[in-house]
Amino acid sequence: MTISLKVEFLGGLDVISKKVREHKVKIPFEEGEATMKEAIEWICQNIIAEEKDIEVFIEDETVRPGILVLINDTDWELEDKEDYVLQNGDVLTFTSTLHGG
Amino acid sequence: MSTPKPVKVSALCELCHGRKAVMKRPKNLQKLCKECFYHVFETEIHNTIVANSLFAPGDRVAIGASGGKDSTVLASILKTLNERYNYGVELVLLSIDEGIKGYRDDSLATVKRNQVQYDMPLEIVSYKDLYSWTMDEIVSCAGIRSSCTYCGVLRRQALDRGAAKLGINHVVTGHNADDMAETVLMNLLRGDVARLGKSCEISTQSEGSPFKRTKPFKYTYQKEIVLYAHYKKLDYFSTECTYAPEAFRGTARELLKALEAIRPSCIMDIIYSGEQFCVAPKPKRATPKYKNAKKIQNGDNDNEQEINGDGSVSLKKKLESATDGHRCEKCGYLTMNRICKACVLLAGLEASRPKVTIDNNVAVDGAAKLSKTLEQLSF
Ligand SMILES: [Zn+2]
Ligand SMILES: [Zn+2]
Repeated sequence: MTISLKVEFLGGLDVISKKVREHKVKIPFEEGEATMKEAIEWICQNIIAEEKDIEVFIEDETVRPGILVLINDTDWELEDKEDYVLQNGDVLTFTSTLHGG
Repeated sequence: MSTPKPVKVSALCELCHGRKAVMKRPKNLQKLCKECFYHVFETEIHNTIVANSLFAPGDRVAIGASGGKDSTVLASILKTLNERYNYGVELVLLSIDEGIKGYRDDSLATVKRNQVQYDMPLEIVSYKDLYSWTMDEIVSCAGIRSSCTYCGVLRRQALDRGAAKLGINHVVTGHNADDMAETVLMNLLRGDVARLGKSCEISTQSEGSPFKRTKPFKYTYQKEIVLYAHYKKLDYFSTECTYAPEAFRGTARELLKALEAIRPSCIMDIIYSGEQFCVAPKPKRATPKYKNAKKIQNGDNDNEQEINGDGSVSLKKKLESATDGHRCEKCGYLTMNRICKACVLLAGLEASRPKVTIDNNVAVDGAAKLSKTLEQLSF
């Protein structure tokens, strides 16, 4: 079984994914058994193009401060952050707030 | 696709209690729905504008527009507020073309779309026209390390000169609360106490200068600017400048972001500290003698940089000749010194230009063109 997700890199963050802003992916988990934590790990292993770019995205095992995370357009701080349980069709948006003032 | 879960009461907006909250304000941790967020965000900026009397009816105001998120949101918000509250101001977009291939070309295209979207006139002034140098040429000549120093000095003047060209004496910029806090932090870390308080001012104007600079986003968090742009689907450009910020600023920024993650109010708190910071009047000879001696010994003139409120970096003031409201002998720009910072930088560059541009003869007309161009600009 898989969970279908849409992953977006906005605000200049697409530099870590070969300038592709939108990724439609299926991650190998059963719905209900995977959280944002698994999604982030999966993204690091499968979407981020180069090893060195992982640290642009991750710090201390979570998304780096300065990157805004939205789950279905809602601030992930309102959705339990890493503990949010993924559902089919979820849209995960990562936006850099640091790029190009 | 699964059916959406019913909204829990705890997930509701804390203002209207009717719609689902979509964001949490870093300033006070309040959870808001999209509509209430727009309302609070816009109203706070309006209140800042009114409380500080930034605009008067009939004012012509140039928005320093880079195509990036801050200035794009600024243009959008000022248009909205000007119409909603009848400020009666005329808004113009003013862009600087630094001459950075790949970076500036794309961002200027964004500004040109903004011109149509917001129905505002657009003026573009370029480093090449003003100074006879593009940033790319400066970097190839002076190296990448000091690129931000050059760019900061040149941009500040370019904005003033662009405004002069438009007959406007008020430039608003998109500097936000995060930028302000970053500047306070950097000045603090560098021991530049004189600039601490000054860097927090919402409105700056050098003595005798016709140009006023204001920052309506002084109390606005970067996170909210990005969210506003995202939810409103504003068209902005978000590629980092090819010439990355100097290491010290970059590190200060990271530190601030890390602090904000733990305690989001720290951005406001740092600005508040900066505002309250008063430097006691200096008695003569307050600086210990050994300190001056050490400076001279080190030839410490261009090692030390000053950070202005708008984030630009200034060169250390020359020891001789500091007068208020003096005009640069070379270009006529208002300066504390005999020669303005831009002219000092450019003179240094001209000296080394022939080495790098043998195959095109701009080197010859560089300095001459500068003074000619500047003569044509009226103040
Ligand atoms: Zn609401
Ligand atoms: Zn000058």
